[in-house]
Amino acid sequence: MFNIGMSVVSLARFQFAMTTIFHFFFVPMSIGLGLLVAIMETMYVIKKKPIYLTMTKFWGKIFLLSFAVGVVTGIIQEFQFGMNWSNYSRFMGDIFGAPLAIEALLAFFLESTFLGVWMFTWDKMKPVWHSLMIWLVVIGSTLSALWILAANSFMQNPVGYKIDPKTGHAVMTDFFAIIKNQQLWYEFPHVIFGAFVTGSFIVAGASAWMLFRKKSPAFFRKSMRLGLIVGLFGLLGGFVSGDGQMLYLTKDQPMKFAAAEGEYKNVKSPAAWSVVQISNTKEKTASYRIEIPYMLDLLTYHKPSGDITGMDQVNKDLHKKYDKKFGKNMNYYPPVNTLFYSFRIMVAGAGALGMLSILGLWFSRKRKNTIVKQKWLLLLLTLATFGPFLINSCGWIVTELGRNPWVVYGLLPIADAVSPSTSATAVLFTIIVYFFLFSFLGAFMFVYAKKNLEKGPEAIDDTIEYDTEDPFSKEAFSK
Amino acid sequence: MSFLQLLWYFVVGLLFAAFLVLDGADLGIGMATRFLAFNYDERQQLLRTIGPHWDGNEVFLIAAGGSMFASMPMWYASLFSGFYLLLFLVLIALIFRGVSFEFAENAETKKGRNAWMWTNFWGSLCTAFLFGMLFTAMIQPVPIDAQGNIFASFLDVVNPLSLLGGVALTALCLYQGLHYATLRTSGLMRDHAATLCGNLYWAAYPVEVLFAIALYFQTDFFVTHPLATLFFLVVIVATTVWGHIATIRDREWSAYIASTVTLVALVALIFVGLFPNVLIARNSAHTISIVSASATSYTLGVMTVVLCILLPIVIAYFAWSYISQWHRVSLQEVQEDQDGY
Repeated sequence: MFNIGMSVVSLARFQFAMTTIFHFFFVPMSIGLGLLVAIMETMYVIKKKPIYLTMTKFWGKIFLLSFAVGVVTGIIQEFQFGMNWSNYSRFMGDIFGAPLAIEALLAFFLESTFLGVWMFTWDKMKPVWHSLMIWLVVIGSTLSALWILAANSFMQNPVGYKIDPKTGHAVMTDFFAIIKNQQLWYEFPHVIFGAFVTGSFIVAGASAWMLFRKKSPAFFRKSMRLGLIVGLFGLLGGFVSGDGQMLYLTKDQPMKFAAAEGEYKNVKSPAAWSVVQISNTKEKTASYRIEIPYMLDLLTYHKPSGDITGMDQVNKDLHKKYDKKFGKNMNYYPPVNTLFYSFRIMVAGAGALGMLSILGLWFSRKRKNTIVKQKWLLLLLTLATFGPFLINSCGWIVTELGRNPWVVYGLLPIADAVSPSTSATAVLFTIIVYFFLFSFLGAFMFVYAKKNLEKGPEAIDDTIEYDTEDPFSKEAFSK
Repeated sequence: MSFLQLLWYFVVGLLFAAFLVLDGADLGIGMATRFLAFNYDERQQLLRTIGPHWDGNEVFLIAAGGSMFASMPMWYASLFSGFYLLLFLVLIALIFRGVSFEFAENAETKKGRNAWMWTNFWGSLCTAFLFGMLFTAMIQPVPIDAQGNIFASFLDVVNPLSLLGGVALTALCLYQGLHYATLRTSGLMRDHAATLCGNLYWAAYPVEVLFAIALYFQTDFFVTHPLATLFFLVVIVATTVWGHIATIRDREWSAYIASTVTLVALVALIFVGLFPNVLIARNSAHTISIVSASATSYTLGVMTVVLCILLPIVIAYFAWSYISQWHRVSLQEVQEDQDGY
């Protein structure tokens, strides 16, 4: 085998990042869209207006597309642990395998079975029962997120384990400790709310685009409002859970916290919050800082006082703690600039989405519905469709890169986790194939979703009457 | 070996068998879209029979992989890293097949739909073939180091036994799919499926004989488990005959059960033949056994409790989804129904 000059570790890391980020485009999309479709069908059950049934079927088609891509990319994730990270699997198998198997038994069977029923029983089941099927799908995909995050949380904050002295592997001692892991209960709601936001903004943004083009305004106005309401709720939930998570990080993974804030030195109270900065990772200093006084304390501790531990101090502590086991050459500094800006894109992006939701809801209110006139807002909302994807990815970058240099925090460095038997060539080859495959799948899914959107609700139900009135007439505006 | 270790070896085998029996039929239907159906509507008629179920059936594979990871992590780690490229190809085939159902429905042009139908066919065929290769490559002695890493060469993966295994599993999945089609379609399709299946059965016997010969030369099954290996080989041939006769006599349920038993017997042959090991090393000191691959008894205990609670519930609604949607799909229904596949 020839040498391609790249290490298996960095290639395997790249592959994992690439496949995970791609998979995580479609997972929140299908969880979120599933929720919206379930809400739409429930409204049909309650209000019995045909428009809600059309909405369910219309957005259901896009939901099914995202589900299909989400499922197939998920299969890669499950086998990748064994393929690229066999030493990780050996070290963690006793703990990691259980949530993964439970995910299949409890969640995947639930979602795929009832999705199959939902797709083919429109005329065979009473609406109430039929809507129950989609709710079961949503519950299934939420449970699947819970279990995979239980596994991830262990890697962030190992609990309920001991190290087997004979093999050096981690073994489970307390299953309930793994489920009760504090990290999980900060991470899970944050991820789920993020998924709700993703689905909501796909509905809202796509509707805004159709409103911009003046297609079926009554239908898309209703869809957009539903999307924005659920999206706003999701953003609020994401804000509250994310806030708790950051406070928790100061104690549990101070390095990640300090890097996300770009603080090298310890900061005495009152701590200022830097909006912009460029960190020099070699000299470990920050320049070009723009700061807001007191803000970091307010953000972190919700009061204008409190000390922040900087990266240099954390680095010293970590060396003291782990040098015996992992040697003096470990680098505990994560990629600071990446973390700093990923964190800011995530927070600022979420804030921008929140503002857009409020504006969109305001201009589309029943009394004075002038949304079709606000072209700038409709265009911004269209762009917002892609916002959650960026925000979600940034969130994961902070979480996963911030754990540097560990695969399992404090227990297993990344370099020790990779498969010894795979060659760099093999990993590079699969990276290239996956890349083209993902681009291909993503492109097709986007094109098909767009086609469904442009066909409009008339393709589902050509007898719809709710759209016959001219939305630009005086009567429509005065309503 | 503890009872729990034995139990989980059995569970992993059972999940793989369930995957082959249920999703094997889906793969067979995918292949049959080119052997049985002559236009788009007929292909839809075939795919409609598995439309609501294939996704759930595939979960048995995910459950099998997950259970392997949880109960025997050393097996999971060594197997999947050792047969890296083969498994990678399986995943690619599964991915293409998986999206083809939804994409075919969304494609608007005839050309586009046709392309996704071909994707479904090749995805199904390759999945079955590559899985057959993986299963039969896995039971042969391979170079394993002291840490359990497999350094498999090309010939460890591609050899007479694994190629025959690929052909055999492809054929068995195709038969399974055709039997399923006779149960779930009506009209000409049902008759065609039965006729084709009856004719194809003649090809099974030479493959089975060659498979048994290759098994003798390439594995230690006849040395370590002579009686059990012979027994399962006889079962496989006997159920093939049974399926063949039942097909000719138009006993569709009997034929479906026969080919189901064949698939289960194949998995049993492999799992019993490997027992008490999971991967055979050239240097027998490095052979990985159930005991050395196994998770701790605590983890196995937790998993057993979870399994006992969840499995009955899963089986109940899984069966309900089949029963509630069980009907013969007619060509007419497909043509009338715009929403379905």
